[in-house]
Formats: sequence, C-alpha cells, structure tokens
Amino acid sequence: MPYSSLSDIQTRLENGETTAVAVAQTYLDRIAAHNDALNAFVHIDTEHVLAQAKASDAHRAEHGARPLEGLPIAVKDIFCTQDGPTQCCSKILKDFHAPYDAHVITKLKEAGAVLVGKTNMDEFAMGSSTETSAFGPCRNPWNTDCIPGGSSGGSAAAVAAALTPAALGTDTGGSIRQPAAVTGITGLKPTYGRVSRRGIIAFASSLDQAGPMTRTVKDAAMITAAIAGHDPADATSVADAPMPDWLAACDAQSMQGMKIGKPKEYFVDGMDADVRAAVEAALKQCEALGAEIVDISLPHTDKAVAAYYVIAPSEASANLSRYDSVRYGHRCDDPEDLLDMYTRSRDEGFGSEVKRRILTGAFALSSGYYDAYYLKAQQVRTLIQRDFIEAFKQVDVIATPTSPVPAFKLGEKTDDPLTMYLSDIFTIAVNLAGLPGLSQPCGFSGGLPVGLQWIGPAWREDLILSAAAAYESATDWSKQTPEQFSPAGGDA
Amino acid sequence: MSWETVIGLEVHCQLNTKTKAFCGCSTAFGAEPNTQTCPVCLGMPGQLPVLNKVAVEKTILTGLAINAKINLESKFDRKNYFYPDLPKGYQISQFAVPIVEGGYIDIPTKDGGEKRLGVTRIHMEEDAGKSMHEGLDAVSHIDLNRSGIPLMEIVSEPDMRSADEAVAYLKQLHQIIRFLGVSDADMEKGQFRCDANISVRRPGEPFGTRTEMKNMNSFRHIKQAIEFEVLRQIEIIEDGGKVIQETRLWDSVKNESRSMRGKEEAHDYRYFPEPDLPPLRVTQEEVDQLKAGMPELPAQLRHRFEAEYGLSAYDADVLTQTRELADWYEALVAAHPADPKRCANWMANELLGRLKEANQELHDSKVTPARLAALLDRLADNTISGKAAKDVLDAMMDSDDSADAIIEAKGLKQVSDTGAIDALIAEVMAANPAQVESYRAGKEKLMGFFVGQVMKASRGTANPGLVNQRLKALLKG
Repeated sequence: MPYSSLSDIQTRLENGETTAVAVAQTYLDRIAAHNDALNAFVHIDTEHVLAQAKASDAHRAEHGARPLEGLPIAVKDIFCTQDGPTQCCSKILKDFHAPYDAHVITKLKEAGAVLVGKTNMDEFAMGSSTETSAFGPCRNPWNTDCIPGGSSGGSAAAVAAALTPAALGTDTGGSIRQPAAVTGITGLKPTYGRVSRRGIIAFASSLDQAGPMTRTVKDAAMITAAIAGHDPADATSVADAPMPDWLAACDAQSMQGMKIGKPKEYFVDGMDADVRAAVEAALKQCEALGAEIVDISLPHTDKAVAAYYVIAPSEASANLSRYDSVRYGHRCDDPEDLLDMYTRSRDEGFGSEVKRRILTGAFALSSGYYDAYYLKAQQVRTLIQRDFIEAFKQVDVIATPTSPVPAFKLGEKTDDPLTMYLSDIFTIAVNLAGLPGLSQPCGFSGGLPVGLQWIGPAWREDLILSAAAAYESATDWSKQTPEQFSPAGGDA
Repeated sequence: MSWETVIGLEVHCQLNTKTKAFCGCSTAFGAEPNTQTCPVCLGMPGQLPVLNKVAVEKTILTGLAINAKINLESKFDRKNYFYPDLPKGYQISQFAVPIVEGGYIDIPTKDGGEKRLGVTRIHMEEDAGKSMHEGLDAVSHIDLNRSGIPLMEIVSEPDMRSADEAVAYLKQLHQIIRFLGVSDADMEKGQFRCDANISVRRPGEPFGTRTEMKNMNSFRHIKQAIEFEVLRQIEIIEDGGKVIQETRLWDSVKNESRSMRGKEEAHDYRYFPEPDLPPLRVTQEEVDQLKAGMPELPAQLRHRFEAEYGLSAYDADVLTQTRELADWYEALVAAHPADPKRCANWMANELLGRLKEANQELHDSKVTPARLAALLDRLADNTISGKAAKDVLDAMMDSDDSADAIIEAKGLKQVSDTGAIDALIAEVMAANPAQVESYRAGKEKLMGFFVGQVMKASRGTANPGLVNQRLKALLKG
C-alpha cells in the first residue's frame, strides 16, 4: 500500500478493506523506519496521528465520509497548526506554538484528512535544496547523497519515499514544483489568490501560494479542491474565482486538439542534456496523444530570476521584521539594551541564507536604490505577465522542463548562492505572473527524476490538470519508486 | 529687519471605529493592557490584515469636509522600522498614493476676513502600541491595545505664518473632525496629536532650514512650543549660526524643547507597496453617497445661524463650537420659536456661564431645551421680569421643578395689575415726600430712585415697564 495514490486509499477505505487507523499506522511505521535516512519530517506526534485516524473512522461510521476522510497528509513546517510546534525550520521560531491553524489546515481538517506531521524545509522557505533548515538537510530518496530540492524538500522526499501518500508545500519561486520534479512526484502551485495564505508563515507575500505534492495528478486535484476557496481574512484571496470540477478535468484524460506552447527560452544551452531529452520526448508523446505543439516565445524570461531576487527578498525583509524577540521566538541571553537584544537575537536566530535575503531586500528598498532595484523589478514583472498573456492568445497551456538539472549533491552549491538561485530559472516566472503551474515526472537523468512543467492561464488549473492527467495515463513515470525505500516489511 | 515664520503641521487623528484598522479587536480606551489584541495586531506569524471599511468612509468624509480630492484608487505601503511597540516591524500606511489629496481650511483673520490654508493630503495608517518606562526599574512594559487602531494623518502645506495661525488651523480642523463624528479627537487621550515643522526666513526669501517639533499635547503647548522654537531659531541665525535640521521634543513642564534626533539619524523607512492588501478602490457613487449624508459643518452652520436666526457673528460662533451646542440651541429655538435671539442670549450668556461656574457639561445639566424654553415663555408673556427669570434659572440648575412651579413657589410672578402697582407707588410716594418734591421741581433723575423703591416694595415682582409708566403719570401730581 505505501505507494498507493490517495484516491486508491480512498477507494479501499470506502470499500471497508482498511481503516484510517491502519492506513495511518502503515505510514507511521514507514516514517519510523526511514525518516532517519531522509530527515523528511521534523515533527511527528504518533499518538496524535492515531487519534485523528480513530476519530476519522468514527466519523465515517456515524456521518459518512468527507472528501479526504481518513487520508494522511503531511504539511510543511511553514503552516501554522495549533497542534505541535510550527518553526519554519528556523532557530528563531524554536519551540514556537501557534495558537491558530492556517486556513488550509482548517480546510484539510474539515475535509476529514489526518495530519501526519511537519516536514523539513529550507529555513523560511528560502532555498532550493532544503539544506538551510535549522533541523539539518533533507535527502533525496532516489539518492541520499543528493538534495530533494527545495524549499518544500521534506514534503517532496516524504511523498517520494512513501512516508506519506501526500503533502502540502508552498511555492514562492518554485518551491513545490522543483522539489516535486527532482524527487519524481507531482506538485501543483495554484493561481495566486486561489488558496488563502492566512496562517502560512510569509516569505514573499505577493508570490507565496500553497499547493499539493502527491503521487498522481488526480490526488493533486483532490487536495486543491479541498484547500481552495475565498477566505475573507486574506485580502488577496480572490472571491469570485471560477472553480470548475478539477476531478472531472483529470478523468477526461484527453489532449485531443489541445494547443501546447513550447517556449524557446526554456530550452537553452547549459541545461542538462537528459532533462532536455526527457522533456522533448514528453512533448512528442503529447503530440501522439493528439495535442498540437506550438513554438512560442516568452521574451522576458531571462530577466525573471533577477526580478525575483529583488522582489522576494524585499518583501521578506519586511515580513521577517516581526521576529524581533519581543513577543515570541528566540531571544539572546542577557541583552545589554534594546539594540543588543534585536541584533544578537536575530543574528543567533537566523541562518546565513535568510540573513542574505533580508540584507538584499533591505538594500533594494533603501532610499536612493528603490527606483533602480525594486521599481525596476516590478516593471520587469509586468513585462513577464504580458509575455504570458500574449502566449495564451496562441496556446491553451505551456509545457517546459521544471528544473534545468536533476537533483545535485548535498553541499555542491551551498557556497555559491547564484548557481543555487538558477535552480528556479524555469519556475520563477510563473510566480511573478501569478499563474498555476504543475510539475510531473517525465523521465530520468543519471537515475534521478526529471520533471515536466505545465503552465496555465490564471484560474485554469483545470487545463493543466487535464493535460497532466492525460500524459500520466499514457506513461508510467509516476509509478516509479526509489529502490532504497521499496515497500518491504510493515505493509498493511 | 523682520522675520517671517513658516509652519506646516502633521496631525495624527484616531478614527473612532468600533474595531481596529486591520482586525476585529475593540478600540475602547482604558482597558487593561494587552486585553484588546489578537494574532493580527500582535504581529503573529502568517497573520494578514483585512481593511476596516468604516475607517475608509470616515477618512473620505474628512477629505470631503476639507474640500479635497478623493482618490478612487489609493494604495497601502509598509513603513519599516524596529520598535518594541510596533509588532510587525512595519506600520501599514499610505505613502505613494493617499486616499485624500489637496484640500484647504479657512481660518478667520483679525481683520474679520478669512485666510485659506492648504492641506496636502490625508492618508490612512495604523497606530502603534504604547511603551511604558516610567516607574519601572530597568524594564519597559508594552501595551498593544492601541496597536492597529486606525489613524488618519492630515498633512498641511507650509502655509501658517504664526503660532496663532497654526492654532487656528488646528482648532478649525479639530472642530470639523468632531462635527463629522469621525474621531473623538480627545487630545488628552492622544486621539488628536500634532507635529509641527517650523522654520524662519526673511520675507521673500526661500524657506529656511526646518525643525520638527513633537510631543505637544494641547493647543496651549502647541502655541508655546512654536513660539519658543521661532525665537530659538532667530537667535541662532542672528548670532551668526545655522539652524540644523532635526526632530525636537517639547517639554511642557520646563517650557522648552530638546533635540531628539538629527538629520543623520533620521530613519530610512524603506517604504514599499503592502503586498497583503490590494489597491483600495472606492466608487464615485460611494463618495457621492457619503457626501450626501455629510452633516453640516461648523462654517456652514455659523452662516446659517446668522442668516436664519439673526444672530451676531459672536453668538453664532459660540453656539457652533460643538455639534452638541448647535443641536441644543436648535432644540431650544424649536421649543421657543418666537425669539431666536432671546434663545441665543439666554443660552450663550446665562446658561453656559452658569454651567462653567458649576463645572458642568451641557449634557449633564438638569436644564434641557424644553425646560429653558418654558422659562423663556414666561419672560415673553411678561409673567416674570428678566431679573426674576435669572433667579428661576439659578433654581433650575439644581432642581427638577418646572419654571412655572419655581415662579409660583418663589412668588416671582410679575405684577401687571395697574391698581396694585398704583397702590405700591402711593406707598412709596408717601414714604418719600422730599424726593417727590425734588422730582416735581425738575430733578427727573430721581425717576430711577422711585422705580427701585417700587420694585423693592414689590419684591421684584412688579412689571418694570408698567411701574415706569405709572410712576411718570402719578409723579406729575
């Protein structure tokens, strides 16, 4: 069972072949057996997981099943939960307990899901490798010498090694899609405003969006349907967004007549040859499935990373000001005065990548530099948005590689932030434009998974789910499992 | 050579909404510290602001009242600085595009005219909490009840040329805000706070270097602080020195200011658009609706009182100081429509004077418009004299009895019966034969004496007009 999809587990639960408690126990056993090798989870409360599963079984018996009844879902340590600590994998939030659930956590609970625990991540979601976590790096189940991507690397590794059938991540510049790609799973970043950000620890408010990380496209649709929707307490969550039936979109599994844009800027020199080959092959397959591949151009693509690394750190520099040790969080010992308390607490509490981004952002916003950096970056953002609007006049969806390279070795890029930042070169523009993006497995490079990215127009998750489901059903890349974590003993 | 003072003012005014600017917490004043807080106004992780629409409406109303332009799309920005009573490490404010731009306020001038003072902008923002250091040993306490209370910052043009003009502007603004009911504007509670930018120059020259004065908590302090600062700057320049750009704090105990921070220590607030709030959009229809429902403003009311009730400029001004006074006056006129001027005299001179002496507020007084009108009715129909009416009003201040009951009880009913008055006059004439003789010999000044005697004999109840008339007749002999 561990490598079953959520919808398979759901069927078995509905047929009475298993119980939520048995399902939960299966994954708890897998976590106990494998988490040390991966460091995917940073917090697990076994008793609490089983208690939720038991309550779910009771709910099913008494009131019938809710949309995610009894299904285990892990969440990134960035989601505030009333149960257990919420630390954003940062020392500055060590032992912080939120007195509230994030809106999406409430939605998952209301849908009957069993919350498995908190997964590892780059500190404050700043990174592409899950190496900046205060709890130590997370590892890739396909090769534990390699990174699982980031920042939602813990969620990706946990799903890829079947320590949970599904997880939630957040995506600011690719943090769901890139780890999904390099661990061989499916990840969806919904349209900005589709999912409430309330209770999700903010990194870059105009870019952050939560989404599912799953084994199948349909599972991603199931979770998205549960967490999406207007939240009056998030002014950026959109009230009147159309919400078509995403499960039906997945079931259609047809690409007949679909126009798929292939942007030339996403197939460039310097990218991994096997990655390129795998994505080209995937597009050929789509053609065979009845789609039309259209060569398009997104001319401002090469400016996206630079714009992102001004806008995201600028917003982060303000978002992280609240961690001042006054009301909660880490405080240094024996501060001499207020300034000493601020500087030492923050110096001790934040890791070096977080400090780098705060400094970058504060600099970009400072008097005399604002126009040259922040304002310019916002102008670029507008141009990138226009690129996509123009492109979607010609095509229904866009397909690209998710990451230019497969998973790299731990420590390989930690001393070279600029190279690290280029990991997100193909995912960042989607955040800047606020569009939905999905990554699904489409092959291997040197034994490591390669991701295919689908980009849709705003609010058209249905289109990319439909295309991805059709591709998935015609291939078996989603069914591959990492050998080291194969379903051995302990299965239900 | 003379000096010219140049003053610009920034007013922070707390809007009297029930809940805070970006969360549902109560804004009630005086609660136990940190009891009116929630994860949003405490700056907890992942919490998001939701704009209070009532605060927007109140700011628009204020903009309309100062004849300003309402921006149908405005934006929020983050103003970044660290302070323990600023939970998020930034204040949500409006920097680049405020909701209100370009208005004015007219103040009266000494020559009876008006001077127009420009208002640059009004923007919305949130208040910070309060830090408390006094009486604490080596620690500070923070109260975040105020954190997130909606403020409007009203920024003037540098149009004021004296401390008096600055105070006149502030009083006018304060009065408008109170009339609109958008803020309680209680200065003691910090609901109406003012910072002044002050500089001096030779007339016709460009602006001099300005200093910013903070911490002035009353109109009196503002006047003192500005006058102090103007003299300080003139002295520096006349001594050959240069004014340095700095922020200064007014010390109302020592009556002097001291430097708080210099230009080089000035904050770089790193403003940037608030990504948690979409642009604030209002429609012209919403603005028009607010405009239609706008209450009468002090200036309009003054002009109407002069025109409609024939009041002097002075009385009209006194009776329009607050909405409450004006409403009270109009209720009085409604109950005693015969003579609005008499109403104004009695309210402005007699009632308000007594209230001041008794240290009472109008709304706490036993005297209501209806009760005062009943008294004025008796004055109008000659039941009592003006003097007696004053005695009745004295009694009404501490009594729930009606004017009629008091008149009855005190025996103040005016005697207008000719026979009774003639009898009194006969008594007085009999008692004062020498004076009668003198009067008849041409000493007509004695008339006053006789009137006094007759009134005294009547214990003030005789109708003075009738007494006069009858005396003239009877003294002729």
